[in-house]
Amino acid sequence: MSSYSTNEFKSGLKFMLDGDPYNIVENEFVKPGKGQAFNRVKIKNLKNGRVVEKTFKSGEKVEAADVMDTEMQYLYNDGEYWHFMDQSTYEQVQADSTAVGDQNQWLKEQDICNVLLWNGVPIGIEPPNFVTLAVTETDPGLKGDTAQGGVKPATLETGAVVRVPLFIEIGDILKVDTRSGEYVSRAKE
Amino acid sequence: MRTSWQPDVSLETLRLRAQWLKQIREFFDSRQVLEVETPVLSPASVPDPNIESLQTRVNQQRQYLQTSPELYMKRLLAAGSGPIYQISRVFRDGEIGRLHNPEFTLVEWYQPGYSQRQLIDEVTELVIGLCGLHHALTPVQLISYSELFQDHAGINPLRQDWAELDRYCQAKQLQCPVDNDDWSVAMDWLLALVIQPAMQGLVFVVDYPAAQASLARLDPDNPAIARRFELFINGVEMANGFEELTDAAQQRQRFMQENRDRKSMGMQEIALDEKFLAALEAGFPETSGVALGLDRLLMWKTGSEKVQEVMSFGYTD
Repeated sequence: MSSYSTNEFKSGLKFMLDGDPYNIVENEFVKPGKGQAFNRVKIKNLKNGRVVEKTFKSGEKVEAADVMDTEMQYLYNDGEYWHFMDQSTYEQVQADSTAVGDQNQWLKEQDICNVLLWNGVPIGIEPPNFVTLAVTETDPGLKGDTAQGGVKPATLETGAVVRVPLFIEIGDILKVDTRSGEYVSRAKE
Repeated sequence: MRTSWQPDVSLETLRLRAQWLKQIREFFDSRQVLEVETPVLSPASVPDPNIESLQTRVNQQRQYLQTSPELYMKRLLAAGSGPIYQISRVFRDGEIGRLHNPEFTLVEWYQPGYSQRQLIDEVTELVIGLCGLHHALTPVQLISYSELFQDHAGINPLRQDWAELDRYCQAKQLQCPVDNDDWSVAMDWLLALVIQPAMQGLVFVVDYPAAQASLARLDPDNPAIARRFELFINGVEMANGFEELTDAAQQRQRFMQENRDRKSMGMQEIALDEKFLAALEAGFPETSGVALGLDRLLMWKTGSEKVQEVMSFGYTD
């Protein structure tokens, strides 16, 4: 397994710490003129998303984490696992609920997602920034009320609940920003 | 994509930098301190394991880029130059960050006959002058290394009490990245990552532990501490000064110990500067000397986030 020295530290570098893969969010070099150098880093645990701070003595080595972002197509959920396929190799992986987390509310079959693989196993899923989903449940629409600012909740086919304008009706196809969870527009489909 | 060729500095800061260079020369000229230039290349360097020299070759011979002009300037002093100063570009390998650039500018000067205290006053004069501060309105704190640690952390840095340090770290939920083997490194950590961020204003720290004496002489009344001082402004290290060690034998021993430390850490040993040691042996005047980081002071004056913002072009890898 390859390793990194602290002088290779930079944002985005992924390494192992206490058995978990981490991603460097921020790296700061701290050194007294005539003293020991240190690297103070903010690192994100790629399994649970928690960001922690840690200081290394410069010159220390860490083990590289075999972590890759891979574009994969979401196939289906079998009740326990979410299945994804690499469209170039047709290789399939299954992600558990820890890896999928809250993102399951945006996963629509056949959408292309970013799957974070650690040693070949999914540990994180990123849906497309924008998804188009059908409304399955919402209060009756108010015809003609297209200009007003009022909003109401709507449940989408994947189970996500978003705030939508009052004129939206069941069966409408919506474009939603998955990063903010906000309604963008009606989509023609 | 277009290649970005623009400088890292604003024209305003570039002009201030030029103004400061002029002011520094006037400051020393009015005090009859002679401006000198010494080589950047040398076949020898300082063996301090915490300072890594860049190396190059001239006609196949190894040469070090100077990490400070100290050794050459001291040879001038031994030759009877009297007070001297230099505005010098220096080089240190591996030092890259918000406060570090592998090449930077030191204002370094030596005052024969000055005590550490007199030199501290002179550093204050220069800094206050450059930064356009009011003397009366600028409190300057003088504190010993021990008091600083006591005040901020309740730790006595001269007593290797690991249990006390552990208790402090636990209470503050800090993780000391140093194993229980090198107290001096643990104190570096405590100072740089815990105490410095809490320091405010202009603070001179004096009476460094003997283990961190570097090229300073030990206090004749208390050999546990060295006549070394540092200036911090809002917790950022700006200057380092010594009442210079004039004892050639002791200096050689320190260099040799540093090379032994290098060896035990798997680092390359550094060729000792025999000409510098010979100059000390020939008779070196009682002198105090200091190096001031010009870029960091400019950074503070201009409120810059990164040291590269006060350089025409910061280091590019």
